[in-house]
Amino acid sequence: MNETALVLARMQFAANITFHILFPTITIALGWILFFFRMRFKATRDAAWEEAYYFWTKVFALTFALGVVSGITMSFQFGTNWPGFMEKAGNIAGPLLGYEVLTAFFLEATFLGVMLFGRGRVSERMHLIATFLVAFGTTMSAFWILSLNSWMQTPVGFEIVDGKMFATDWLAILFNPSFPYRFSHMLIASGLTASFVVAGISAWQVLKKVDSRATHLALKTALIAAAVLIPIQIIVGDMHGVNTLKHQPAKIAAIEGVWNTEKGAPLLLFAWPDKATKSNLYAIEIPKLASLILTHDPEGEVKGLNEFEGKHPPVAPVFWAFRIMVGMGMLMLATSWFGVYLLRKRTVNTMPRLYLIALSAMAFSGWIATVAGWYVTEIGRQPYIVYGVITVAETAAKHAPAMIGLTLTAYLALYVFLLCAYVFVVKGLSEKPTRGQAPKLPAGLPPQVVTAAGD
Amino acid sequence: MDFILPLIFMAIMGLAMLLYVILDGYDLGVGILLHYAPEEHKDMMVASIGPFWDANETWLVLGVGIMLVAFPSAHAVVLSALYLPVAVMLMALIIRGVSFDFRTKAHDKHKAFWNAMFTGGSMVAAMSQGWMLGSYVSGFRDDWWTWAFNAVIALTVPAAYVVLGAGWLIMKAEGDLQARAVEWARKAIVPFLIGISAVSIATPFISETIYNKWFKLPGFFALLPIPLVTAAAFAALWHVTGKKSIIDAGYGWVAFASTVLVLILATLGLAYSIYPYVVIDRLNVWEAASATSSLLILLVGTLITLPAIIGYTIFVYRIFWGKARELTYGA
Ligand code: HDD
Ligand code: HEM
Ligand code: HEM
Repeated sequence: MNETALVLARMQFAANITFHILFPTITIALGWILFFFRMRFKATRDAAWEEAYYFWTKVFALTFALGVVSGITMSFQFGTNWPGFMEKAGNIAGPLLGYEVLTAFFLEATFLGVMLFGRGRVSERMHLIATFLVAFGTTMSAFWILSLNSWMQTPVGFEIVDGKMFATDWLAILFNPSFPYRFSHMLIASGLTASFVVAGISAWQVLKKVDSRATHLALKTALIAAAVLIPIQIIVGDMHGVNTLKHQPAKIAAIEGVWNTEKGAPLLLFAWPDKATKSNLYAIEIPKLASLILTHDPEGEVKGLNEFEGKHPPVAPVFWAFRIMVGMGMLMLATSWFGVYLLRKRTVNTMPRLYLIALSAMAFSGWIATVAGWYVTEIGRQPYIVYGVITVAETAAKHAPAMIGLTLTAYLALYVFLLCAYVFVVKGLSEKPTRGQAPKLPAGLPPQVVTAAGD
Repeated sequence: MDFILPLIFMAIMGLAMLLYVILDGYDLGVGILLHYAPEEHKDMMVASIGPFWDANETWLVLGVGIMLVAFPSAHAVVLSALYLPVAVMLMALIIRGVSFDFRTKAHDKHKAFWNAMFTGGSMVAAMSQGWMLGSYVSGFRDDWWTWAFNAVIALTVPAAYVVLGAGWLIMKAEGDLQARAVEWARKAIVPFLIGISAVSIATPFISETIYNKWFKLPGFFALLPIPLVTAAAFAALWHVTGKKSIIDAGYGWVAFASTVLVLILATLGLAYSIYPYVVIDRLNVWEAASATSSLLILLVGTLITLPAIIGYTIFVYRIFWGKARELTYGA
C-alpha cells in the first residue's frame, strides 16, 4: 500500500465529512427550533413568531441543501476511499446505512418540499406535521449514522469468519457501549450550534438595526436554549470521556497528554506534546485533576501512551483538538449565562453593544467545537477504522496518488468557495429588513402571496 | 434464500436506479434547459421542480446504498473503477443542488452566476452519469472503441434528460413557457433517438456476453417487443409534440409518459443483457452478495419502508399537482 495514497485518501475523507457535518449540525436542531416557532405561533397567534419562522426557514433551506449535496458525496466515499472497509465490515455497516436511507433520508427529503413550499396548499395541521417529520427525519439520520460510528469505536455483537465480520447480536450493535454518550453528546452539540447561529445572527440584526420583535423572540429563545444545554453538554462530555477511558484508553492518554502511566495525573491546561522526547514541553498543569475527573479519585491511575507502543494515535492533534472543543464549551457557557443574566433586567435592544458583538462573533462557534470534537474522536482511534479489529491501512483503495490529489484539490477549492458563499449569503439575508415581510396570516386559510421562486 | 435474496436486491437496486433516472432526470433536464429560457420564465421553471429535487436525488443514494449494502465487493470494484467520473458527478451535483437555493437568496447581481452554475452542474452531472453507464456496460475496458462508446452515451443521457425535462414542463407550465417546452422536446428527440439506437446497436459488439444473449434464436424473438414498443413510444412522443391541438386538448402528459416508457424498456433491456452479473463477466450477484443474515434484516426494513416511501412520495406529488405556481416559504 502506497503511503502517500493513504494519507491523501484520509485527507479527502476528512475534508468531505468535515464539510458535511457543518450543515447537519445546524439543521438537526434548527428543524426543532422551527417546529417550536410554529407551535408558539399556533398557541399565541402572535405574528412575530410567524415572522421568525419565516426568516429562519430561509436559512434552514439553504443549510439543508448544502447538507444534502455533501451527504450524497459521503455515501460514495466508503466505496471510493475505503473499499476494504465495506468488504470486511459491510455485513454490519451496510444494514445500518441502509436503514438510514430508508427511514430518514426519504422522510426528510420528501416532506421538506411540503414544509418549505406547502403553506397555502395544505392545512395548517398538515404543515405542522410536515415540519415535525423533517425535524424527526434529521434526528433519525443522526441516530443511524452515530450508531454506526459508535460501533466502529466500540465494536461488539459480531464474530469474524474468514476475515469478514458477521453480526451475532443486532441490538448490541445498535446500542453499543459508546452509543448513548455519543448520540446525546452530538444532539446537544447540534442544539448548541444552532442556538448560537440563531442568537449570533439575531444579535447581528440588532446591531445592524434591521431587527423586529421577531428578532428579539428568536434571540431570547436561542440564548435560553444555549444556557440550558451547555451545562448538560459539559456533564455528558465528562461521562463520554469516562466511557472512552474504559474502551479506548490510548485515546484518553493522548487527550490528556499522559506519556507514562501515572497515579494522580495532573490536568494539563497548556502543553506542547513532543513526539521525539515523549514528554510535554511548557506544561501548565493542575495537580491530580485529570485523575479526579477520569477516575473520580485524586490518586487514581491513568494509563499512559507507553502501554500502547505503536498502537496509539498521534498525540498533538488529539490533545489540541480536545482543548479547542472544551475551550469553546467554556466560552459558550460564559456568553449564554451572561446573556440570560442580562435578559432578567433588560430587553434585547438595550443589551450592551459589546455583548451583542461578542454574541455575533460566537455565531459559528458550534462549528469549531463540533469539528474539533470529531477530530478528537476520529484521530484518537487511529490506527484503527474498527477499533482493535481492522486498521485503516488495510482498507484503503489503491488509486494513483495523483488522481486522489487532483480530486482532493478540486473538492477543497469547491468547499472553500461554497463555505464563503454560504456565510456571505446568510449575512446578506440577515441584513435585509425582515419587518413586514412575513405573510399576514388570518386564523383561516392564508392568502396567496407571490414573490420570487423559493424566496 | 441464498439463491433468491441476492436477486431480490438486484431488482430493488435496478428499481431505485430507474426511479432515479426518471425523477432526477426530469429535474436535471429542466436545469439544462434553464440556460435556453428567457429571464421571465426561469423562476417558474425552477419552481416546477422546487419541492421535488431533493427527494428525487435520494433515489441515487438508495441505489448506491443498496449496492454498498447488498453487494459490497461489487461496490468496491465499480466505484474504484469509476473514481474520476464519480468525483466529477458528485461535484456537479453539489454545484447544481446549492445553486438552486443560492440563486434566490444571493444578491440580485449574482443571480445570473448561480443560474449558469445550475445549468452547468446539471449538464456535467448528466454527462458523467452517461459516461459511467458506458464504462459499466463495457466492463470498464480501456481502449479507444470503449471510450467512443462511453462518449456516445455521455451525450445521449443529457438528451434523454432534456426530453424528460421538457415533457415535465409541458405538464407543469402554461402559455409561452409550455410552447417553448414543446419546441425544446422536439429538438432533443432526434439526438435522443439517434443516441439510443447507436448505443443499442453498439452494445452487443462491445461485449460478447451480451451479443450471445440477444442474437441467439429463441431469445431474439422473445426480445423483439422491446425495440418495437420503444419505436412506438418514440412515435407517440413525436406525434404529441408535433401538434399544438393535442397538447391543448390535455394530452401533454403523453410526451412525458412515453419518454418514461422508453427509459423503462431500456432498463429492462440492460437488465436482461447483464443478468446474472453485477459487474459484467467478473462478478455475479451471488458472488457479490453480503451475508444472508444481513440481507434478510435489510429486506424486512425495505419491505416495510419502501411502500411507505412510495406512498408519501405520491402524497407529496399530489399536493403540488397541476400547473406550477411561484414558490414562497410564506403562504
Ligand atoms: C459513519 C462513520 C463516520 C462518521 C459519522 C464520522 N467519521 Fe470520521 N472517519 C470515519 C468514519 C466516520 C472512517 C471511515 O472510519 C475514518 C476513515 C479513516 C479512519 O480512521 O476512520 C474516518 C476518519 C476521519 C478523519 C481522519 C483521521 C485520521 O486520518 O487521523 C477525520 C479528521 C474525521 N474522520 C473527521 C470526522 C468528522 C469531523 C466527523 C463529523 C461528523 C466524522 N469524522 C464522523
Ligand atoms: C460517513 C458518514 C455519513 C454519510 C455516508 C452520510 C450520508 C448522507 C447523505 C447521503 C445525505 C443526503 C440525504 C438526502 O438525500 O436527503 C445526508 C444528509 C444528512 N446527514 Fe449525513 N452522512 C454521514 C455523516 C453524518 C453525520 C455524522 C451526521 C450527524 C450527526 C449526519 C446527519 C445528516 C443529516 C441531518 C442530513 C440531512 C441534511 C441536512 O440536515 O443538512 N450525517 N447524509
Ligand atoms: C466542555 C465540555 C466538554 C467535554 C468534557 C467534552 C468531552 C468530549 C469527549 C471526551 C469527546 C471524545 C469522545 C470519544 O472519545 O470518542 C467528545 C467528542 C465530541 N464533542 Fe465534546 N465535550 C465538551 C463540549 C463540547 C461542545 C461544547 C461541543 C459542541 C457544541 C462538543 C461536540 C463534540 C462532538 C461533536 C464530538 C464528537 C462526537 C462524539 O464523539 O460524541 N463537545 N467530547
